[in-house]
Amino acid sequence: MGQAALQAPPPKAPADQASGPWRDAWKAFRKNKTAMAGLGIILFFVLIALLAPWIAPYDFKAQQLVNRLKPPSAEHWFGTDDLGRDLFTRVIYGARISLWVGFFSVIGSIIVGTALGILAGYYGKWMDMIISRLFDILLAFPSILLAIAIVAILGPSLQNALYAIAIVNIPTYGRLVRAKVLSLKSEEYITAARAIGMKNGRILFSHILPNSLTPIIVQGTLGVATAIIEAAALGFLGLGAQPPDPEWGKMLSDSRQFIQKAPWTVVFPGLSIMLTVLGFNLMGDGLRDVLDPRMKN
Amino acid sequence: MIQPILSIENLHTHFLTDRGEVPAVDGVDLYINPGEVLGVVGESGCGKSVTSLSILKLVPSPPGRIVDGRILLKGRDIVPLKEKDMRKIRGDSVSMIFQEPMTSLNPLFTVGQQIMETVRLHRGRSRKEAREHAVGMLRKVGIPRPEAIIDEYPHQLSGGMRQRVMIAMSISCSPELLIADEPTTALDVTIQAQILELIRQLNEEQGTAVMLITHDLGVVAEMCHRVAVMYAGKVVEEGSVHDIFKNPLHPYTRGLIASVPRMDEAKERLYSIPGNVPILSTEMQGCRFAPRCPEVMELCMQSLPALTRQEEQHSCRCWLFDREQEDAV
Repeated sequence: MGQAALQAPPPKAPADQASGPWRDAWKAFRKNKTAMAGLGIILFFVLIALLAPWIAPYDFKAQQLVNRLKPPSAEHWFGTDDLGRDLFTRVIYGARISLWVGFFSVIGSIIVGTALGILAGYYGKWMDMIISRLFDILLAFPSILLAIAIVAILGPSLQNALYAIAIVNIPTYGRLVRAKVLSLKSEEYITAARAIGMKNGRILFSHILPNSLTPIIVQGTLGVATAIIEAAALGFLGLGAQPPDPEWGKMLSDSRQFIQKAPWTVVFPGLSIMLTVLGFNLMGDGLRDVLDPRMKN
Repeated sequence: MIQPILSIENLHTHFLTDRGEVPAVDGVDLYINPGEVLGVVGESGCGKSVTSLSILKLVPSPPGRIVDGRILLKGRDIVPLKEKDMRKIRGDSVSMIFQEPMTSLNPLFTVGQQIMETVRLHRGRSRKEAREHAVGMLRKVGIPRPEAIIDEYPHQLSGGMRQRVMIAMSISCSPELLIADEPTTALDVTIQAQILELIRQLNEEQGTAVMLITHDLGVVAEMCHRVAVMYAGKVVEEGSVHDIFKNPLHPYTRGLIASVPRMDEAKERLYSIPGNVPILSTEMQGCRFAPRCPEVMELCMQSLPALTRQEEQHSCRCWLFDREQEDAV
């Protein structure tokens, strides 16, 4: 009788072996056309940034003062700026700067924000008090104002702009992770993990952290877009990249006095900012559709 | 006399809420002998689950707290133990399975990884040994093709299969006591029977003592040797399955049994106990069941009866059966 009752349901048809939560998400993501377009745009800019020295026809620093403010032509596809530098070259090199600042500031914010958010959410009590108040203080300032203040203290440079953007965005990720950890903490599999005698640290890293990844990934992708805009804004204000670095925001501010005479000097850097940001936003939205269970159905 | 594997003495677990301190477990006494299946019965909110979580000291804190009492595991009081020492007990000599097999497995790991975790934690086995052990465990709990299932993710398995995986996980270190908190509530009836049969088999073959928490009297009659009936954070009656079903003493137990549908009697409507479970507070006086009791007396409202022994193994917490009270009358 015992054996008979133990005969579990008949074996299912062999399951798709290559199936895991991440693989399933990728399958769904591939079907999402706008998200794939976003990914395409991002890959396009990443490729340009990586291959810049080989694609760019000129040196981004080389000035040809005889060719100042020339409109787009066969020689200068995007025209030239007020110092006679090739805009096509500068826009290509600008992709390097913007993506670099975007990625690394977001990675910095995510690392610090996630660590703080997990501590606050999992250990609670006074730890949560201190960390959450810290986030509140950071959030009380308009982000660009805070970034300006930080850069003003550290001194204007691309590196410091990156730090400033990273610091300003820490609470975004911190609060996200804290909320996620709070909800995960009451999941039965966390209790089950404790019930088999697992240590706190192990629960944090093998159960809580992997399950908090999805909102971080989504927010991080959207965050790259924000970071690129913030970097451009700091550049525009002269607090980010310094000449002659071809930062898109800096290129906009340098050319704004020629906007009527030579519109191409602002159109191309502006378009580049818009396109990369659009790419990250499309991809971020797509990721959210795929990864966030609440968005399903 | 045999030493019980677990004995709980006067356990109080309270929760701090906005409305004050709630005594979810309010003086529970229980014991489980080696190899025994104890059923803990009661309606929602009577403190069954909190009692079971207290045994492993997994009550979320804050707001929960073990305020008083002793929990003796093989004679050793575990209430004062530190978290570090509790971890050695959890999953090793005492393990637990939960109500919702859908949510008690981590969706991001294969079932094998999760079963191996327990063995690696407590037995320090290598990855390869742990994997073999996990396959063996899956086979033991009646999972077909364990070598393949071990690499599947929880979402690829049905509820019954997941509960089997949970059981495999909890018995992988051959615990002496298995706490099963409503292990079949979330499953459909045929799977329920299979899972219960599996638990019974573990009990009979391995001698694992089982604390089976349920609100289903049918399950109790089927599975258990002894039963403890809980109401409002207290044990109101305790005895062998035979005694409880043939000779229920406490009016609450009688009400519970009367409200179970029976095959041999044609009834128009099922009996239901009137009223609701009281809101628990530390300031309650008298018998907790008095407001709903069909045989309530003056005395019941004023003071709380003690759990008194009626027969060899049958105790009841009711003034109707309290000898001292009879003497007084």
